[in-house]
Amino acid sequence: MNGSAPLLEVRGLRVEFPTRRGTLLALDDVSFDIAAGEVLGVVGESGAGKSLTGAAIIGLLEPPGRIAAGEIRLEGQRIDHLPYEQMRAIRGRKIGAIFQDPLTSLNPLYSVGQQLVETIQTHLPLGAAQARQRAIQLLAQTGIPAPEHRIDQYPHQFSGGMRQRVVIALALAAEPKLIVADEPTTALDVSIQAQIISLLKRVCREHGAAVMLVTHDMGVIAETCDRVAVMYAGRIAEIGPVHDVINQPAHPYTQGLMGSIPAMDSDRERLLQIDGAMPRLNAIPAGCAFNPRCPQAFERCRRERPELAVARATRAACWLNVEASVS
Amino acid sequence: MTVAQANPIRAAGGPRGEGGGAATRMLVEVSDLSKTFDVSAPWLNRVIERQPRRFVHAVDGVSFAIERGRTLALVGESGCGKSTVARLLVGLYGPTRGQVRFDGADVVHTLQHGDARALRRRMQMIFQDPYASLNPRWRVRDIVGEPLREHAIVTDTQALRERAAQLLQSVGLAAADVDKFPHQFSGGQRQRISIARALATQPEFLVCDEPTSALDVSVQAQVLNIMKDLQRQQGLTYLFISHNLAVVRHVSDQVGVMYLGRLVELADKQHLFASPRHPYTRMLLDAIPDIHMTGRSRTPVQGEVPNPLNPPPGCAFHPRCPHANARCKAERPVLLASQGVAVACHAVAEGRV
Repeated sequence: MNGSAPLLEVRGLRVEFPTRRGTLLALDDVSFDIAAGEVLGVVGESGAGKSLTGAAIIGLLEPPGRIAAGEIRLEGQRIDHLPYEQMRAIRGRKIGAIFQDPLTSLNPLYSVGQQLVETIQTHLPLGAAQARQRAIQLLAQTGIPAPEHRIDQYPHQFSGGMRQRVVIALALAAEPKLIVADEPTTALDVSIQAQIISLLKRVCREHGAAVMLVTHDMGVIAETCDRVAVMYAGRIAEIGPVHDVINQPAHPYTQGLMGSIPAMDSDRERLLQIDGAMPRLNAIPAGCAFNPRCPQAFERCRRERPELAVARATRAACWLNVEASVS
Repeated sequence: MTVAQANPIRAAGGPRGEGGGAATRMLVEVSDLSKTFDVSAPWLNRVIERQPRRFVHAVDGVSFAIERGRTLALVGESGCGKSTVARLLVGLYGPTRGQVRFDGADVVHTLQHGDARALRRRMQMIFQDPYASLNPRWRVRDIVGEPLREHAIVTDTQALRERAAQLLQSVGLAAADVDKFPHQFSGGQRQRISIARALATQPEFLVCDEPTSALDVSVQAQVLNIMKDLQRQQGLTYLFISHNLAVVRHVSDQVGVMYLGRLVELADKQHLFASPRHPYTRMLLDAIPDIHMTGRSRTPVQGEVPNPLNPPPGCAFHPRCPHANARCKAERPVLLASQGVAVACHAVAEGRV
């Protein structure tokens, strides 16, 4: 494969939910790339469409949600609209998934080892003994003490942090090229969260897997990702290198978001606040979706929808940057 | 200097000075507060399977004091007992041992034998989940007006409606919102309705149990700003429970760190965040992902919170502590105050850390 071509390409992705009262547009014209071995963070508030983007990529959109337009390419091959069985072969083999709640992503009736061996044998041509050996290896890599013993235990015998380690081992079982991690640390305590984040970073680097990390926690993004995409109301508001998005955000929403996070190194009496709340899917305003909450909105923002364009160090969908670059 | 700030800590860590001058400045004083829950199997199982009775010491010997008009934050990971402390303070649980004094009077005694109604009016609680804490079948005017009716502060329907509208305006909602139902509001707006309801009786003391944990960051900022504004305007005293240290640093004056039912460190905000003493506090501070630390690499502390049913002997943190020695495994450290900071750690007391 050409080294410069991205591992994952998402172009003009549009996800709709047909309902009795009309069609809800949950994702609208979402485009981004992930390079091999890269960690892309996707951040946004609840309902921004970040988890849905992940679900669309792994082909697990809940009906009636459907991809209405756009394409998703993995290593150049289109993977949206693949038949179920074909997608099932890709899921696990080429794309691994980690979800928020480790208890619901493990089957309580099977031992951890059975689940790992099943996943390994589904995707790799290994015998039972080899697969078990590999499962033990994976558990050891994800920092589970005494893996030879723990492999025969059931999920309820593991603590929350340990279960999430097992889920990471499962996601890595078939050496996928891409891992979609949806809020992998949200259900965990801070001290465990730090362990899981550094584990995820380490094992993905060792296995050369790219990661799409979906989270609402900007701190986790800052420590883990190479690039970050900020989503708002089903669209990407800003995308760029993580350092630049945090330190010199160009989109007013990103600026507000950064200012509203209580930081450990600031002594501001009041936090910056964005008034109002994210619009509901059935009432997304015309023009820029953020315009009713934006302190700098002007005429054009209410009329026309901005596209992602180069703004200082990042790319932002905001008319302010377009106007600034013209004048 | 720090003498004034050291007062609450003296009241917390040292022997209780009964009738001391400091007592009047302290709105809430908690001493040796403990709560044990019986989690034994049913009687028949215990007899047949010969199981012993089992207890969880959810809160074990916690002492602190909160000065009028200030905020004490309790932080800790899940299962450390911080929410139990909140419930003990407002009398939702009765303590197994120890005492809570509110404005000099014992809370348990007052609730049972004294003027419970007057006391309840002075302390209110805000809960974590604004979806579960508002009755979905009530209109906002009834939700916010309930404490007013209950305490017979306002009885006239029209006056009740006006007062509810005023309360909503004080938390940044519109007066016209009184006729709506909770489902017509977003999470942040619902949490403001909870705050308006808590403020209805004009309380002096608010117990806030993770008030912003269920909210998005931009909405969290709105709620935190309103809480700080209200404190300034009305001189409210807060007990703020949270697991988020960055939020705690923003709202609090004093911070108590809890681990497995016990306070391990109690200090003012400046001290705690600038120079944390207890190894657990240091670990917590080090574990927070910070947005200005891009690409930071760190060595996370190993291990997990032990099972509260079977806590380790000695200092409960010793299995995870890099400074633990034989004494830590055998002897439980007590909260010792020095230089305005109270720490329960042998290593700190011996000067090893």
